[in-house]
Amino acid sequence: MIFDGLSNKLQDTFKKLKGKGKLSEKDIKEATREIKIALLEADVNFKVVKDFVKKINERSIGSEVLQSLTPGQQVIKIVNDELTNLMGSANSQLSFNSKGITSIMLVGLQGAGKTTTAGKLANLIKSQGKKVLLVACDIYRPAAIKQLQVLGEQIDVSVFSLGNSTSPVSIVKSAMKHAKENYFDIVIVDTAGRLHIDEELMNELKYIKDEISPTEILLNVDAMTGQDAVTVAESFDEKLDITGIILTKLDGDTRGGAALSITSVTGKHIKFVGVGEKITDLESFHPDRMASRILGMGDVLSLIEKA
Amino acid sequence: VKTKNNFSGKIDQLINYSGVYDDEFFEELEEILILADLGVETTNTIINKTRERIQIDNIKDKEKVKSVIKEIVREILIDDEVTSFKYPMVILVVGVNGVGKTTTIAKLANLYKKQGKKVLLAAGDTFRAAAVEQITIWSQRLNIDIIRNDQGADPASVIYDALQAAKARKTDVLICDTAGRLHNKDNLMSELSKINRVIANESEFFTQYNLLVLDATSGTNAVNQANVFNQATKLDGIVLTKLDGTSKGGIVIPIKSQLKIPIHFIGVGEQMDDLQEFDASTFVDALF
Ligand SMILES: Nc1nc2c(ncn2[C@@H]2O[C@H](COP(=O)(O)OP(=O)(O)OP(=O)(O)O)[C@@H](O)[C@H]2O)c(=O)[nH]1
Ligand SMILES: Nc1nc2c(ncn2[C@@H]2O[C@H](COP(=O)(O)OP(=O)(O)OP(=O)(O)O)[C@@H](O)[C@H]2O)c(=O)[nH]1
Ligand SMILES: [Mg+2]
Ligand SMILES: [Mg+2]
Repeated sequence: MIFDGLSNKLQDTFKKLKGKGKLSEKDIKEATREIKIALLEADVNFKVVKDFVKKINERSIGSEVLQSLTPGQQVIKIVNDELTNLMGSANSQLSFNSKGITSIMLVGLQGAGKTTTAGKLANLIKSQGKKVLLVACDIYRPAAIKQLQVLGEQIDVSVFSLGNSTSPVSIVKSAMKHAKENYFDIVIVDTAGRLHIDEELMNELKYIKDEISPTEILLNVDAMTGQDAVTVAESFDEKLDITGIILTKLDGDTRGGAALSITSVTGKHIKFVGVGEKITDLESFHPDRMASRILGMGDVLSLIEKA
Repeated sequence: VKTKNNFSGKIDQLINYSGVYDDEFFEELEEILILADLGVETTNTIINKTRERIQIDNIKDKEKVKSVIKEIVREILIDDEVTSFKYPMVILVVGVNGVGKTTTIAKLANLYKKQGKKVLLAAGDTFRAAAVEQITIWSQRLNIDIIRNDQGADPASVIYDALQAAKARKTDVLICDTAGRLHNKDNLMSELSKINRVIANESEFFTQYNLLVLDATSGTNAVNQANVFNQATKLDGIVLTKLDGTSKGGIVIPIKSQLKIPIHFIGVGEQMDDLQEFDASTFVDALF
């Protein structure tokens, strides 16, 4: 219903323009207004939308559209290109240290999906023939350690824990030592969920970072997040200089505008998406598919043909 | 950025410095409402209503505009009828993954226990790793009984057992946890309907109260969540969690205006005392 809202509206707008030959600035304004609404309805942050629409307007009003014989197609193409570009055109991969242990730290708000994702990542990397250690650093949430242990058992990956009365910094320190002594290739650190405004707990992450200098610091973001996604992503990035993002719960029916918001404010790429609760429900990120999803355009190409 | 102050400051600024109610004024108002997650449609409705009232009441004083907007939102959120609870009661807690269901259950249990009620918990999430252990730890901290089974057990049968135990033990409040599930998964939603029926079957012994937990951080998708969960298990109320963050939780406004489901509690932290009764005026004040 809402999903094909934009494509229908845009088609209507462009139908009116068909045969007109050239678009006027007013025509383009009308089209970009529809685009703005669609992005807002997809939860893209207001400020991100404003900048984005401005850019589209500028490019569209520029000669490439106004001179074009198929202006409607051109506008849609520009929108799609810009969106895809913003979210990173290349398929970003995990970085691995060429020498020594690669460590990956998962951070994010409460309930974002960190622990589940830790299990999924461990499973993925293990299947590439590497020896993986999961580290339980959530000493606060009831049964958080047990949760990681259950996941580890499922995939036959060892879980390092010192219970919940040792500080997370000491835990990672011991975990790295343990990993070295036992020839692990990869260490994945699960941390407790926290608010980006919780200074004490944000500092805790900083101390963990300083202790192990992680190869990757991945921010987990719930795909259903609304306007505040930018504030969250900015805060985590400022504090930790994250290396990438994992967008979780994309198996829902959210349009997932948060993807655009967080990548445009941090400039960091989405490396994986979570598409379910099972250990195998982790996929690589496709900016072009995400662009269509956010716009509510199932198939941009067919739209371009119709325009 | 502490949005609470920013936000209020922003609207004050808007009111003080823009000379007339021009397009720019309403555009900025739009920005404030959208950024609080009210969604495009509700934002437009509120702006149109504000325009109307400014005209009808011939409001010249910009200070007054603020109270007009607040009043419009408060009218949406305030309830005409007060829900009254009868004991013994069964509370079924539902929602998508990770919103705070289990933690909210601990908070509710704490609340009722403090009121001197006899409380029982049912570990109805038999799916997620260590979900049973999580709620069991809460039951121990609260010193409250719990009915549980192993991971993988049939959740409806855990709830059934809990209902029987509640009857036998003369429990005042039975609170049932369920696994998080996305509302677009039909099989999981019909599992929930089944759990709902198991409780409804005992309606001569209990009043049933279905509670949807929503994460204040979520955007427009929460409207879909409320809609579909309401179809699967007729909802009696909403708990809005994680309001201790910087999100405004404005999404409850379109939900309330469309579905008329009252917001009953808010979650403001991870501890068992971090639960407050929802108050429309306080909420609206925090919004602007
Ligand atoms: N549908 C779906 N559910 C997910 C996904 N990733 C995680 N979940 C679920 O989301 C809920 C929260 O996941 P956790 O892994 O416990 O989240 P967390 O970030 O570790 O939570 P805290 O440690 O409490 O901050 C659980 O019910 C998971 O099963 C996903 O990609 N899709
Ligand atoms: N800051 C904050 N965190 C909360 C609040 N309520 C719950 N949490 C946290 O959110 C995370 C998820 O809470 P749970 O109670 O496990 O959520 P759930 O809905 O039961 O999750 P699933 O069963 O996996 O679907 C935990 O880390 C909680 O401590 C709240 O009001 N504020
Ligand atoms: Mg966790
Ligand atoms: Mg739970």
